[in-house]
Amino acid sequence: MKPAPFEYVRPGTLEEALRLLAEQSGEAKLIAGGQSLVPMMNFRLARPELLIDINSLAALDYHRRDGDVLAIGALARHATLSASALVRSLCPLVTEAYRHVAHGTVRNRGTLCGNLCHADPASEMPAVMLVLGATLVLRSARGERRVAASDFFTGLYSTVVKPDEMLIEVRIPVTAVSCGHGFAEVSARKGDYAMTLVASTLDIRGGRIYAAALAYAGVSDRALRMVALESRLVSQVPSQALFNEVAEAAAHSIDVGEDQHADRAYRSDLIRTLTPRALAQAAASIAT
Amino acid sequence: MSNKLIEIAVTVNGKSLERRVPPRMLLSDFLRHELHLTGTHVGCEHGVCGACNVEVDGKTARSCLMFAVQAEGAIINTVESLGTIAKLHPLQQAFWEKHGLQCGFCTPGMLMTAKELLAANPNPTREEVTEAISGNLCRCTGYQTIVDAVMSAAEAMRNSEVTPS
Repeated sequence: MKPAPFEYVRPGTLEEALRLLAEQSGEAKLIAGGQSLVPMMNFRLARPELLIDINSLAALDYHRRDGDVLAIGALARHATLSASALVRSLCPLVTEAYRHVAHGTVRNRGTLCGNLCHADPASEMPAVMLVLGATLVLRSARGERRVAASDFFTGLYSTVVKPDEMLIEVRIPVTAVSCGHGFAEVSARKGDYAMTLVASTLDIRGGRIYAAALAYAGVSDRALRMVALESRLVSQVPSQALFNEVAEAAAHSIDVGEDQHADRAYRSDLIRTLTPRALAQAAASIAT
Repeated sequence: MSNKLIEIAVTVNGKSLERRVPPRMLLSDFLRHELHLTGTHVGCEHGVCGACNVEVDGKTARSCLMFAVQAEGAIINTVESLGTIAKLHPLQQAFWEKHGLQCGFCTPGMLMTAKELLAANPNPTREEVTEAISGNLCRCTGYQTIVDAVMSAAEAMRNSEVTPS
């Protein structure tokens, strides 16, 4: 339960951090909150040779409105974001989902960007970023690229982030006023990773669903956005029967995994139960 | 692969200290083995149990999920900062009176977490206390009396506050 030896550096600028990443010869890891990385190091599931601590890069500790986007920097802590009135007003699904993210002490240090790079398949925020259509900004000494959340997660604890890249900002489109949000999760204990979670938004105009977004986590090797099911919702009148039908379709179309916490049948039942809850909550949350 | 020592300067329980530590040394081990502050308990060493919670720059942190080198310049308070045998902190007094501990292993983390809660919310509901300590596991499962103790301490601390004239 002690990490393997490593070298430690704490760069004072983003440029220096990116240079260190680019110049690495062995495996280097960035550390921000460390709430996922350090447990893996303690178990020696992760054995970085160089740890680059970005906690001195105070300029990356921000969240702000940038036009039609909520921009969140690499060092923004979960605790700050979950309590932020700005986040609540611009992207209320993020605030709602934070009720399920870990515990106060972990949220004090953990960061949104670190959580997304860790890409735990049962974590809340990857599903939320899929539903909200977030864009992730990756920077390296070579330059910058922007990746849609739908292209970011590639599998179990895997993302498209290259060894010399750093996720420096998450950009989340501001949620439309006509758009409601829902989030439902079951976990073994409060704050644990989800056995199954559902995140959704419904944009309802003139009594019909104008646009829908639906994502799951805890059921597969990564968070899943269900585009085919979303199209079943669009142009329909929202109703419990419709939500139940989509839930049944979701339970059939997702090839759920199983582990020591929940078998396939139970996870499928959770999909059937939680999907209508999240959708009904989304429909009910629209400001009238 | 280096075990090169790195010099750090930290303030622990009001005392400024300088030490040389290997990067891989966890803050929890630094507190216990280097500073002999064994009040901070080490339960799971992967951030689940909360027994090692300490205060870093005014906020609780899992000391098993921080490296001592990361504490450079930080102000750290451990359970030893709360009270003395002769003069217990109101939280310690309440945990004693309300049977808020059996084996005592989770107690330092519970106390530091409860202190953070009461600083932000001096008059919490039982639900808010339960939420606040949700990241702290009690292996004796004595949660009801722990919540009783925090509620009791909150009341004592509210009553003892001097109202500004």
